[in-house]
Amino acid sequence: MNNIIIYCETNANGQVSEVSLELCSKGRQLATQMGFKLEAAVFGSKIPNIEAQLYPYGVDSILYADDERLAPYRTLPHFAILKGLLQERTPEVVLFGATCIGRDLAPRISGALRCGLTADCVLLEVGSHTDVKTKTEYNNILLQIRPAFGGNIVATIVSPETRPQMATVREGVMKKEIFDPAFKGELVNIDAAKYLSSETECVKIISREIEEKKVNIKGASIIVAGGYGMGSKEGFEMLYKLADVLGGEVGASRAAVDAGFCERDRMIGQTGTTVRPKLYIACGISGAIQHRSGMEESGNIISINTDPNAPINAIADYTIIGDVKEVLPKLIAAYQANKK
Amino acid sequence: MSFQIAVLAKQVPDTQNVGKNAMNPDGTINRAALPAIYNPEDLCALEMALAVKDQIQDAKVTVITMGPSRAADIIRESIYRGADEGFVLSDRRFAGSDTVATSYALSLAVKKLGHVDMVFCGRQAIDGDTAQVGPQMAELLGFPQVTYAENLISATHDKITLTRRIENGVETVESTVPVLVTVGSSAPKCRSRHAHRLLKYHRACSASEAGDRLAEVQDMWQERPYLQIVEWNADDVNPDFNRLGLSGSPTKVKTVQNVVLAHKETMQVEPTQEALTAMMKGLAESHILD
Repeated sequence: MNNIIIYCETNANGQVSEVSLELCSKGRQLATQMGFKLEAAVFGSKIPNIEAQLYPYGVDSILYADDERLAPYRTLPHFAILKGLLQERTPEVVLFGATCIGRDLAPRISGALRCGLTADCVLLEVGSHTDVKTKTEYNNILLQIRPAFGGNIVATIVSPETRPQMATVREGVMKKEIFDPAFKGELVNIDAAKYLSSETECVKIISREIEEKKVNIKGASIIVAGGYGMGSKEGFEMLYKLADVLGGEVGASRAAVDAGFCERDRMIGQTGTTVRPKLYIACGISGAIQHRSGMEESGNIISINTDPNAPINAIADYTIIGDVKEVLPKLIAAYQANKK
Repeated sequence: MSFQIAVLAKQVPDTQNVGKNAMNPDGTINRAALPAIYNPEDLCALEMALAVKDQIQDAKVTVITMGPSRAADIIRESIYRGADEGFVLSDRRFAGSDTVATSYALSLAVKKLGHVDMVFCGRQAIDGDTAQVGPQMAELLGFPQVTYAENLISATHDKITLTRRIENGVETVESTVPVLVTVGSSAPKCRSRHAHRLLKYHRACSASEAGDRLAEVQDMWQERPYLQIVEWNADDVNPDFNRLGLSGSPTKVKTVQNVVLAHKETMQVEPTQEALTAMMKGLAESHILD
């Protein structure tokens, strides 16, 4: 009761992941607004400095389960502990990163507790809701906002009657902010053995090949992004050239990734990465809302498109109506001319 | 006892090819204007199920789809590609279901098959992208789950080994059976239709598809029972009706907004070398470019 739990992921070195810290920041805001406590659930094996990693984000208590069976992540051990904790602590809100782990674990929890879960939220707010039929009023609840149906609509979802109210959020959507560097919470050690059994050992990891992220589009200050309008994988070559000249990274819309023009870790948007570069150059991207929600906070947006009515133009600072193949070489020439 | 595999597949509007008339003026979705397709990742799931069947002699692949009666398309398509049979779960009382209510209904349909060893479904459907129904069903069935599956390595009566595509890498996992697997888009594409299966099954249909021709179709079924696509309604899966549809859905849609673009000052730049050079100069001067 009266708490918000953030399910935190850690990497192989025991570092809490970016998205989890971002959610702690958002959770701190929501907790203050709703008058609740903020708790972070961390399950792993010998995680170093967990307190120092989390308290600065305003975490009131860390629910820490330490057991060899908890790292690397497997569904059933993490599920068993989290389900147990949620049943005991009955939180109002639980947030997960919309990662391979969060998207594996959260729905299984919602299936078990029969509680509402909203995927890939782009905004989380506190508000009230009145049921149209029963006129029942629900106050101080979580408003979960996400684009839906091919991006043609934005829906506000509520889970008024079931608890916890659960949502997943992609990395980069919320902002990570230190709440107070000197903030101190409380460490609660969770006895993992109480929840684990042979039944939670059905799935075994035989091997893992994890590479560090090769592409860091989230940290790039200039992004040259291509859409389906680039036409082909070869069409993307020109984007790499421009990005190289400008010192930026190449991004892509989902349509371009699905068409095989570019690898998935460059995908920008609701189901990809959310970016806020200084300059975003959208090439042949029409700008469905899922894409825009992942880049519209960019400092400056240039849109290059043959379609004057492409939705992306409405949020662009500069619109160039023309063929990308002709405009891009001119942009490179323009940049080099100015350099001299 | 044969080895029973269930595949959950969904017919979805093709959201990747949304036309101009996809939205009604009042902001609702004009589903009639969207072509209905086999959810792409569900086709990958069907392929993985068929690949398991290739390795296990007595395996049987049954496809279940939930949706309006036209979803029988999914069953025919699956059978053309090698599935043994299929059922359409269709009832207005399912309407308005969120993922919790949907997975409940689907899990009952899977249980209706009796003993089930493996369940395969796509990681997510393109009309919702939630990726929730698979893990929710695994929980309701009491099965372990393997999500984001990519390649099948081996399958036996009591064990399955496969790779899963996760952030920045690949994991090889082994699960006991029974198990539920969700298959991602990086998995092998589905094998194509077999010509002889197409010929044999192209007249397969459900009772609601038969419509006025039901008597005639029933005669055909009498003779060739494999041409009947059986439909189940809510009563057939014996549900707790409080857990279906809108009332069984913990999430509610509070508001839906048509997307209104926030217009900002946009400068139109001509695609000429002079205009582009001037723009780049401006950006460099305001330190956006360095």
